Amino acid sequence: MRVTHRDVVCSFCGTLCDDIEVDVEDGRIAEVRHACRIGTTKFLSASRHEHRLLKPMVRENGRLKEVSLEEAVERAAEILAGAQRPLLYGWSSTSCEAQSVGIELAEVLGGVIDNTSTVCHGPSTIAVHEAGFISCTLGEVKNRADLVIYWGANPMHAHPRHLSRYSIYPRGYFRERGHQDRTLVVVDVRRTDTARLAQKFVRVQPGRDYELISALRAVVNGRKLPMDEVAGVSREDIEELAEMMKSCSFGVLFFGMGLTQSPGRHRNIDNAICLVRDLNTYTKFVIMPMRGHYNVVGFSEVLSWQAGFPFAVDFSKGYAWYNPGETTANDVLQRGECDAMLVVASDPVSNFPKPSVENMLKMPIVAIDVHPTPTTMVADVVIPAAIAGIEVEGTAYRMDVVPLRLRKVVEPPEGVLSDVEVLQRILERVKEIKG
Amino acid sequence: MKLVLKNGYVYDPANGVNGEKMDIFIENGKIVEEVSGAKEIDCSGMLVMPGGVEIHSHIAGGKVNTARLMRPEDHLRNVAPRTSVTRSVCGYSTPSTFLTGYAYSKMGYTTAFTAALPPLMARHTHEELHDIPMLDKGALTVMGNNWLIMHYLSEGRIEHACAYAAWLLRATKGYAIKAVNPGGSEAWGWGRDVRSLDDRVPHFDITPREIIRGLMEINERLSLPHSVHLHPNNLGRVGNFTTTLETLELTRDVKPSRERQVLQLTHAQFHSYGGDSWRNFSSEAESIAKAVNSSDRLVLDMGQVVFGDTTTMTADGPMEYYLSSLTGLKWANKDIELETAPGVTPFVYSEKSPVSGVQWAIGLELALLVESPEKVMLTTDHPNGAPFFTYPKIVAWLMSAKSREEVLERLHRAAQKNTVLGSIDREYGWSEICWVTRTAQARSLGLESKGHLGVGADADVAVYRIDPESTDPARDYEAVERAFSATALTVKGGEVVVRDGEVVKVVSGRTLYVDAGVGEELEREVLKDVDYYFKRFYTVNLANYPVQEVYLTSPEAVKVDSGVR
Amino acid sequence: MKELVLRPLEQPACGLSAESISCDVFAGKSVEEIEALEVYSGNRRRRLGDFFSVSGEAGDTPGETRIVIEGDVPRTKWIGRGMSAGEILVKGSTGMYTGAWMRGGRILVQGSVDSFAGMMMSGGELEVQGDAGDYLGCAYRGEWRGMRGGSILVHGNAGTEAGHCLSGGRVTVMGRAESFAGVRMRSGLLVLGSAESRVGAQMTGGSIVVLSRTEMLPSFELVDRVSSPEIEGVSFEGVFEVYAGDLAERNPKGRVYLKVE
Repeated sequence: MRVTHRDVVCSFCGTLCDDIEVDVEDGRIAEVRHACRIGTTKFLSASRHEHRLLKPMVRENGRLKEVSLEEAVERAAEILAGAQRPLLYGWSSTSCEAQSVGIELAEVLGGVIDNTSTVCHGPSTIAVHEAGFISCTLGEVKNRADLVIYWGANPMHAHPRHLSRYSIYPRGYFRERGHQDRTLVVVDVRRTDTARLAQKFVRVQPGRDYELISALRAVVNGRKLPMDEVAGVSREDIEELAEMMKSCSFGVLFFGMGLTQSPGRHRNIDNAICLVRDLNTYTKFVIMPMRGHYNVVGFSEVLSWQAGFPFAVDFSKGYAWYNPGETTANDVLQRGECDAMLVVASDPVSNFPKPSVENMLKMPIVAIDVHPTPTTMVADVVIPAAIAGIEVEGTAYRMDVVPLRLRKVVEPPEGVLSDVEVLQRILERVKEIKG
Repeated sequence: MKLVLKNGYVYDPANGVNGEKMDIFIENGKIVEEVSGAKEIDCSGMLVMPGGVEIHSHIAGGKVNTARLMRPEDHLRNVAPRTSVTRSVCGYSTPSTFLTGYAYSKMGYTTAFTAALPPLMARHTHEELHDIPMLDKGALTVMGNNWLIMHYLSEGRIEHACAYAAWLLRATKGYAIKAVNPGGSEAWGWGRDVRSLDDRVPHFDITPREIIRGLMEINERLSLPHSVHLHPNNLGRVGNFTTTLETLELTRDVKPSRERQVLQLTHAQFHSYGGDSWRNFSSEAESIAKAVNSSDRLVLDMGQVVFGDTTTMTADGPMEYYLSSLTGLKWANKDIELETAPGVTPFVYSEKSPVSGVQWAIGLELALLVESPEKVMLTTDHPNGAPFFTYPKIVAWLMSAKSREEVLERLHRAAQKNTVLGSIDREYGWSEICWVTRTAQARSLGLESKGHLGVGADADVAVYRIDPESTDPARDYEAVERAFSATALTVKGGEVVVRDGEVVKVVSGRTLYVDAGVGEELEREVLKDVDYYFKRFYTVNLANYPVQEVYLTSPEAVKVDSGVR
Repeated sequence: MKELVLRPLEQPACGLSAESISCDVFAGKSVEEIEALEVYSGNRRRRLGDFFSVSGEAGDTPGETRIVIEGDVPRTKWIGRGMSAGEILVKGSTGMYTGAWMRGGRILVQGSVDSFAGMMMSGGELEVQGDAGDYLGCAYRGEWRGMRGGSILVHGNAGTEAGHCLSGGRVTVMGRAESFAGVRMRSGLLVLGSAESRVGAQMTGGSIVVLSRTEMLPSFELVDRVSSPEIEGVSFEGVFEVYAGDLAERNPKGRVYLKVE
């Protein structure tokens, strides 16, 4: 018997496509339509249980041993409640409901909670603190944009449906001819696949984005550049780009990790937001980060409304304290300022810099995840979880902060609970221990 | 659960009770005639009022959270750790959701409506409302720049517009129709604005005048509990009072479907500006108050300014851009497809600034010049004029000419020269305070069981530690401010939730929304248009748009059968 | 002036948050009371006496109190937070936030300070004989009104974003400052021995003096050449190129002086 689920939300990337059709046959996902190849793989692999974590495990005498969920929860709670400064990390590939329990857990524990934005768009957030954020929902781009710029981003690979659903190809209310009504510009250090589609490609020298943005801003604001070239881009090209930006009727600048993780980091984004602000003196212009994990935005939202800050919150003193550079996961790890870790839906052992990982290996780790990863392999407690958006419902925020309800299309493997339920059990046990 | 609040001085002006010493009986979350065997709490020498009702405050949703995210420096102020009862809190002008609930409750408030809910972001607003404890909650759904509304109105298809508005309220779990800078926020999609009621909205065959009139007609045809809740065009612009007066004129040919106003002029202070440049900026509160006094179809809330550092936020995108370009401070903008355009920017109201001084005076002038307290509601348009924590100060100013004078003397002389506040000697009494902080709000919103203490009302009660018999508020205004800052008791749904200014019990409150029924045939037709709009112009599927009930804490639908077919 | 001596005992595992090490807090207290002051080691509330042996005597007022820390305390944060008067001498290095929100008095660190030293300072003096970490004399996240008074002197080098959002007062780094020194600066004086790059980025006011050549951003304009100038009330020897900027901003009034001879 084949059942088709429509309007399913893909819980892979920040594009959060919500038009997916999933056919389920005998409790397993048989076919996926409309999703990109990455999303399709995620859906299909959910039903391949041989690649999943299925049993809770606790490390004993150096080896992970299968235990009951109660035992795993007990051990996890003991580790976390016993720590002086536990670090609760991950959170971007799970639901807001799970994030919410995680935040209360951090508060009860007096721990530090941080998500993966610490290694992707954290700099964008720091820039927003200083410059603000001039943005819109993706439908505004679809209906109005006639100039689309991708800067340090390659959606053809990282967000495959971004161009077709939102930015270049869709027909919009004021852009009835789709891509024929729009101009695509790409700024990058190399000619990416996205750049090959562009009407204008600007090659910037690696690590010199800040200079290029400063030059653009000076030109937009009516100054004449005293030099012939900035960051490998000729004055003529800079002037042409500035003119394109000023003369469009609705422009958008999408930026990716090419801008957030190159030298200058948050300063690049600060300057880019200021550029967009300058452009609003002349026309309509907005800016938007190309967020990676499907609910990385949701974490910042939930943490902001519950604790006042968007990531990297330290509850050591019972209330929230925030200062990236001190309370960010890698800073805490590299300074050796935490003594236990809870990792939820993330794999820092693979993704973090070596000094962080070296310190991670010195402390007890509790990992909650769907699949085995290098992090679960070194953890002391491993608890399997159901996949939000496939096996359990929940909430996620798209890269433009539009909230969507994740749907459930199949049952999780037997005995496997959602992140929310696992975290609630740990929280309850921690509350008992802490009195 | 039974409770008796004994011997307090009760103010319940809706039921003609003005300071009588009496007992309030509570059973099962309601006010009752009498109970036996109940726990008694002695309230002698104290002031007893219905629980406070907030009608316009930006407490939940996308732009509120954008403000939090943008202003970590705001969150260093006002932090407190977790207790055995409460969560940890932080935030001043953009408080966390938990703090929002606790802080309102400590001031004796038991109900709050968040000022603007953009439909596409409704789920977000409800997620935050879910995390605001202590209060019954509701949200005002913004429709003043909605494409389908504008199309239906411009084509004269009023029934379709009604059915769509009813569907939108249900889909967003909203309580009322809100309009913000009608037409202007759509124009902002192109970096533009509308500056008069007769400007045409770019690409839409309609004017602000037609949108406002149309929304009022929709509202009355649907017979919704609240009236249209309007943030008019030209907010914060010098000389905007003429736009405001023209807007108020539009209510003349709208017949109310219920016993209430047809328009709430919200944060009226920001719309009562005279002069033709910031140099001769002046108050036109008298003109606005006159219009309100001469009409039975209008009410207003103050939008009072209190000096200090705050954050402005509104679905009036062009206005936030304009303000941030005056101050040069950071600015967030968040246009929402087919619907609206919120913005956020910090602002500092300074006692030394001539403009801030005049703004401060205008809010108070409006409250004092509108004769009937039934038409006035105390708000700061939190946090636009000031954070809501400042309400006790405003209560004191309303009750004491002396306290106003003391402030006025400190201000830039423009505040005296360009306003009439100094010449107003009216001082509010306790009943009037009760009207402007709860009873008028409940009436305006059509909340029959709130804002009063009659039998059958919700057992939401505030007990303030101040003796109205022996206190002269005109002189002891500091005592008034203290008393209103922290209740002796706040009772929510029959339970004591705050005692001596401390939260002693956390409750979650209900979420109220309006479910207005229209003819099935009509609804089907409208849904076809809605479906087309989603397929063509939105970026989410229609099936993923309506807010599921799971997001609401104790949902309570107010059902209305409109008769629209 | 009376003196209190703190000798570090144990170095805390997860860092020590010690806002209480301040002349304002110590003044008028006995040794026992000072030992009992609250500090946080991670989420554990501990006594200052658990980490330091305390001897000597505190003055009656902050201004009459001098605190000497005998040794390295690189994991101790918040020394001198919000201090209004008195002196702190550290015979070693300190952790983050040394002298943050300081209003008056003097802190001398003979070793180095970690990041965020002098954050949001409004008065007093902070002198560091070694190096400073990132964000020396910075604003807190999101705050545009940064350090607005007092002075900071670092004899060694400083990390990135020294003088971030500087809004008054003076910050001097005699060695080299990493990138983005004086970013978003609004007023005051920032003096640097040398600067890595992007000096004065997005500045709108105030003056930056760099005592050697450095590459300027494309949004700065060479406007003058001066010798032995007086800048923000301080005289400098030599010949300087004067740059105006950051011209990416609107109405910028910032000046960067590069010493060329």
